[in-house]
Amino acid sequence: MTLDAHVPAAADASVASTAGPAPLLAVDDLRVAFDTLSGPVRAVDGVSWRLEAGGTLGIVGESGCGKSVTALSILRLLRTPPARVSGSIRYRGDDLLARSERQMRRIRGGRISMIFQEPMTSLNPVLSIGRQIAETVVLHQRVGARVARDRAIEMLRLVQIAEAERRIDEYPHQLSGGMRQRVMIALALACHPEVLIADEPTTALDVTIQAQILALLNDLQRRLGMGVVLITHDLGVVAETCDRVVVMYAGRKVEEASTIDLFERPLHPYTRALMASMPSLNATAARLTEIPGMVPAAGELARAGCAFAARCTLAHARCRVESPALRDHGAGHLAACFALEDRPA
Amino acid sequence: MPDAELSARPLGVAPIAATPAAIEADAWRAPRGRWLRKHPMLVLGAILLLAMAVVAGLAPWLATHDPQDLDPLARLQPPSLEHRFGTDALGRDVYSRALWGARVSLSVGLAVAVLSGAIGVVLGLVAGFVRPIEGLVMRVMDGLMAIPGILLAIAAMAVTRASLATVIVAITIPEVPRVVRLVRSLALTLREQLYVEAARAVGTRLPAILWRHVLPNMMAPLVVQATFVAASAVLIEAALSFLGVGVPGQTPSWGNMMAEGRNFVAVAFHTILYPGVLLALTVLAINLVGDGLRDALDPRLARQL
Repeated sequence: MTLDAHVPAAADASVASTAGPAPLLAVDDLRVAFDTLSGPVRAVDGVSWRLEAGGTLGIVGESGCGKSVTALSILRLLRTPPARVSGSIRYRGDDLLARSERQMRRIRGGRISMIFQEPMTSLNPVLSIGRQIAETVVLHQRVGARVARDRAIEMLRLVQIAEAERRIDEYPHQLSGGMRQRVMIALALACHPEVLIADEPTTALDVTIQAQILALLNDLQRRLGMGVVLITHDLGVVAETCDRVVVMYAGRKVEEASTIDLFERPLHPYTRALMASMPSLNATAARLTEIPGMVPAAGELARAGCAFAARCTLAHARCRVESPALRDHGAGHLAACFALEDRPA
Repeated sequence: MPDAELSARPLGVAPIAATPAAIEADAWRAPRGRWLRKHPMLVLGAILLLAMAVVAGLAPWLATHDPQDLDPLARLQPPSLEHRFGTDALGRDVYSRALWGARVSLSVGLAVAVLSGAIGVVLGLVAGFVRPIEGLVMRVMDGLMAIPGILLAIAAMAVTRASLATVIVAITIPEVPRVVRLVRSLALTLREQLYVEAARAVGTRLPAILWRHVLPNMMAPLVVQATFVAASAVLIEAALSFLGVGVPGQTPSWGNMMAEGRNFVAVAFHTILYPGVLLALTVLAINLVGDGLRDALDPRLARQL
């Protein structure tokens, strides 16, 4: 594959793909557009990343930057008349976009699982939690009801729910938000998937429960050796859990680096602005720093130029006409910004 | 998990040391005690309906005469000890005929509710989940709804032989669209629920999603709708019998009793009074149960009716 630095978006990002066997999950040049009455709307625009077994990849960005759409398109959960998905999503080298719906069903929950943002509404209110977990087990592993129930109890213990034998027959309304998210995790992990996609798993929970859930996810990942894709808008969560981070803005990947590298050396102006707007424990300023302006709605994305240009303090004329490509700024630290190209990498 | 214990249960409701059984009993006691006070009309309607069902079920034993027995010497007699509700123009015992008539009314009500419920659920789910077929199904339903139910039932009866089964089918046809519309609208709401998406995300097949996740969650409004369908079916059955296109003439039903009594209203009002009162009470009871259920079961969903 020849690399041309001037081709925008994904081409440069595949530098890492030359090494080793097929990664656990590799997303390449993923593009998702939705057909609307006022024409196609691009939600994800040429995003690439890879997840290794046992690794945790964080995807950060503001609301509407395409994080969740990326997650949904991996499991092919987007309805595909309105949505159009292109690029490739390879699970152990196997392109999921080419799989039949039937094959996808076996992958969903069995190989790749997902947990959602809203634990309050992700559980069926009329089924006991044990039944919901057991059903998933039966679905993928053709075992008897008895075995599935035992497995459900085991899973509830795994996610540290006390008195699992009793809790298993309870209904979602009898559980708190944190408990429900634990149940969702149990449900997602019941068939020992190799990849867990967690779409803002802690957003709806209060801070102490958040910490518990994240600790639990970290612990389970270590024990089960899963790859985890953690989607969040919270850099604090990323710092605690991820070993690699992708920063998305308006459907594009603007920066990717190891977590330590990213926090030590944020390169893209957007990442830096995000970090600057985080409240600090010892700050005395009454007002938090913010990024001026709004994320452009997916429909209004400029066809040309850097999507962040309108809000960027470093933007100059070139930013509005040309899209910056991702470039390696040392140690696999990718960023797409013209301002970075002027200075030595 | 101590935090979970605390947050899952309001403080002070159950002692931490309570046994599972005690907690369960606790959870059940409160609503059960409130049931009658909170929904008196539901309880009243249910008792009335139950009484009617018992009467219909025990008709052969409760009846004092054979409902078909003619007694030309005792025609149009007022209520007496021998004939509790009096006799009709052919000397048949109105009390016994009314009891047997309850069987027809209730079985038609129940059968139509179940049948149109079943057909409506299938068509409604198809319309809600299989986009290409939606237009076809819903337009046919719109067409059916454009024709008055009673006319449609009469037309259906006109092309078949009169029997209890054909009456049930004839009344079911105009009732189906009401269920289909409800089910489809509920399906459109439920298919966007996160737990349905979550079920897809773990690889559940569509039939399983419908059966396990969608159907149970629409039961409350569906049951309420079924009661209204039953009430309307009882009324339509009576109307069909009254018009002479319902159950065969020799089967006593409240409708044909009233039709036969209508010529003698002036001299023997009882021939039309008792079946009329029973019909009204039955429909009232079903409607009370329906209204009560709507309030008692998930009021938020039921309001969409």
